[in-house]
Amino acid sequence: MTLVGWAQIALVLGAVLALAVPAGRWLAALATGRLGPLARLDAAILRAAGVDAAQGQDWRGYLLAMLACNAAGFALLYAILRLQGVLPLNPQGFDGVPPWLALNTAVSFVTNTNWQAYSGEAAMSHLSQMAGLAVQNFLSAATGIALAFAVSRAFAGGGLRALGNFWADATRVTLWLLLPVSLVAALAFVAMGVPQTLAASAEATTLEGARQAIALGPVAFQLAIKHLGTNGGGFFGVNSLHPYEGPSALATALQIVLQAVIPFALCLAFGRLVGDRRPGRALLAVMVGFVLAGTLAVYAAEAAGNPLHLAAGLDPALGNMEGKDVRFGQALAALFTATTTGASCGAVNAMFDSFTPLGGLVPLFLIQLGEVLPGGVGSGLYGMLVFALLSVFVAGLMVGRTPEYLGKKVQAREIKLAMLAVLVLPATILGLAAVSMVLPMATASIPGAGPHGLTEMLYAYSSAAGNNGSAFGGLAADTPWLDGTLALAMMLGRFAFVVPVLAIAGSLAAKPRMPEGPGTLPAHGPLFAGLLAGVILILGGLQFLPSLALGPVAEHVVMRAGQTF
Amino acid sequence: MAAILRPTLTLVLGATLLLGVAAPLAVTGLAQAVMPGRANGGLIERDGTVVGAGPIGQSFTGARWFHGRPSATTESDPAHPGQTRAAPYNASASAASQLGPTSKALLDAVTERVAAAGGAGGDPVPADAATASGSGLDPHISPANARRQVARVAAARGLDPARVAALVEAGTEGREFGLLGEPRVNVLRLNLALDALR
Repeated sequence: MTLVGWAQIALVLGAVLALAVPAGRWLAALATGRLGPLARLDAAILRAAGVDAAQGQDWRGYLLAMLACNAAGFALLYAILRLQGVLPLNPQGFDGVPPWLALNTAVSFVTNTNWQAYSGEAAMSHLSQMAGLAVQNFLSAATGIALAFAVSRAFAGGGLRALGNFWADATRVTLWLLLPVSLVAALAFVAMGVPQTLAASAEATTLEGARQAIALGPVAFQLAIKHLGTNGGGFFGVNSLHPYEGPSALATALQIVLQAVIPFALCLAFGRLVGDRRPGRALLAVMVGFVLAGTLAVYAAEAAGNPLHLAAGLDPALGNMEGKDVRFGQALAALFTATTTGASCGAVNAMFDSFTPLGGLVPLFLIQLGEVLPGGVGSGLYGMLVFALLSVFVAGLMVGRTPEYLGKKVQAREIKLAMLAVLVLPATILGLAAVSMVLPMATASIPGAGPHGLTEMLYAYSSAAGNNGSAFGGLAADTPWLDGTLALAMMLGRFAFVVPVLAIAGSLAAKPRMPEGPGTLPAHGPLFAGLLAGVILILGGLQFLPSLALGPVAEHVVMRAGQTF
Repeated sequence: MAAILRPTLTLVLGATLLLGVAAPLAVTGLAQAVMPGRANGGLIERDGTVVGAGPIGQSFTGARWFHGRPSATTESDPAHPGQTRAAPYNASASAASQLGPTSKALLDAVTERVAAAGGAGGDPVPADAATASGSGLDPHISPANARRQVARVAAARGLDPARVAALVEAGTEGREFGLLGEPRVNVLRLNLALDALR
């Protein structure tokens, strides 16, 4: 670890937080429909689509609209992938995507996961990337943010039935936030060296006289929304490590900013929507604390290098360089790793599979803590609010008072639903990973032996259920079993979590908002933030530490003992 | 039902046309008009032939060249359908080794590369020289790695090592804005500069 490394981390994280303030203000404006000069155009577009923004939906109606939109998106994407061989814009002449892989990929992009069991430049036509995958990157991000708006509204007023209008929310987020920022960011990426062309490849004759075919494509525009929407699905197989997808340290820094800004900003928007900025800042502070801790842990582990390789004669100065490119450096790789896994993005600028055992434990644990630190766009905020409800419940138990959060009484129904929601992740991850560790057709996908194999399998289901999408890439993931069960994990992680959360929102919205009393636990300040961080850590830790002990921790111990597999 | 169907289809189909067709085509047009070099991949031409792309590494094996990092990319094996074979710097199929920290295959590979770089029992070898890059296409090496190769390249070309070392210094890029990333040397550009020496 170096001082200049820390300065890089401070600068980029500082930029994220500085941008989160205006972004939070704009998100709150989008949620309330106060669009200023855009209001007329916005109203005209919604009217043309047959949407009446003033007509609110209750939680069931909101859920139904969201599911309909996602189902239609899935069907369209699946069709495009299967038919890409006969559709236009296929300069590479790729065949249609096989059924299991197309199913897995379509679920993956609709759920904002972007798990990739394929390698982009070797399997996807330009049409599939542009009009298929990238469109769902926009829509799944807009879906997440819309859901966060709906849940926020439940806390903002009392005696409400409606949570808002899904179509109006999703359309506004797409048109007035995701699209304009993506356009600007795409051009910035081109200026940094990211291609944007409809050509499939360029031919070069190398200095040694060999032929080199260099894959190209419309990368820049897809790259922008991949990060801004915390999607993470790379145009190329190696994602943001590819020199065309992460051409420089500046480009990687911009990607960090894009993937972290909306999840952080939504906390501030929440504060504005409920009329008290402090609870939003408390949620933000907890998220930033975990991201910093994760960054520190990865940076320390990776900068120290792999002791086995150092003993073989490697200079420790650069740290562990297997699976990393030279231009980013360990500090920005660590910050990227903590934000991409904390924020449920899943893009990578370093290969986790080749991380040191403790370096690889961090992204895995950040996902398992519930994808709320800061979580995906939207899903991070509504996930964090579930943890906030559990925190006031735990505090209420300690002092024997009915818990309340922001003046809303939290009662048995909400807590039951919240427990249901937080059990989705461990049940899905541990259940499916456990089955896969004893099924020969699943373990055949594990390349190596030893504890690392367990980590690879555990990571796959964590990433899928957490809707993250990053991977320990050694796992041979494109088999019917893994394609199918990982698709199931992605759907459960997204929809089985959203249903109870929206039900909580519906129930809380109807309740009156009580004034704070002298005995109220304030939803801000160090006490609340500490309690919230503790609940997240204890819940995640209790559920996952045994499996982590058998995977990365065991591998760390045997590595120290000099054993290889 | 129609109350749900119409906005749903409008949203999904409208998004596909706007975000999946119109917007990327507009960005493509603008990028091609304003920054054609970069938008087409930063290709480098010498004497009218494309010799590579600035951001993309290529394979160098001869003693006369500076060598890039080990690359784990592969290509399909014509002799064994369905299987792949090693093909370093295959820019049509980026890939990393994906070998874990306790992989014996990885430790053996690192040990072998350290020996090849003359590091066994000698000076420690720069880590980037003995580990495979994440992209398989890393265009850069560390300045320390480049300096270690100066003597070999100079001898193979019959050049004064001081001239070659000066080229390495000139080709070393500092941190971006003096802060971001790591110092590095673009191997393709360095080798082009080497060829240009007369």
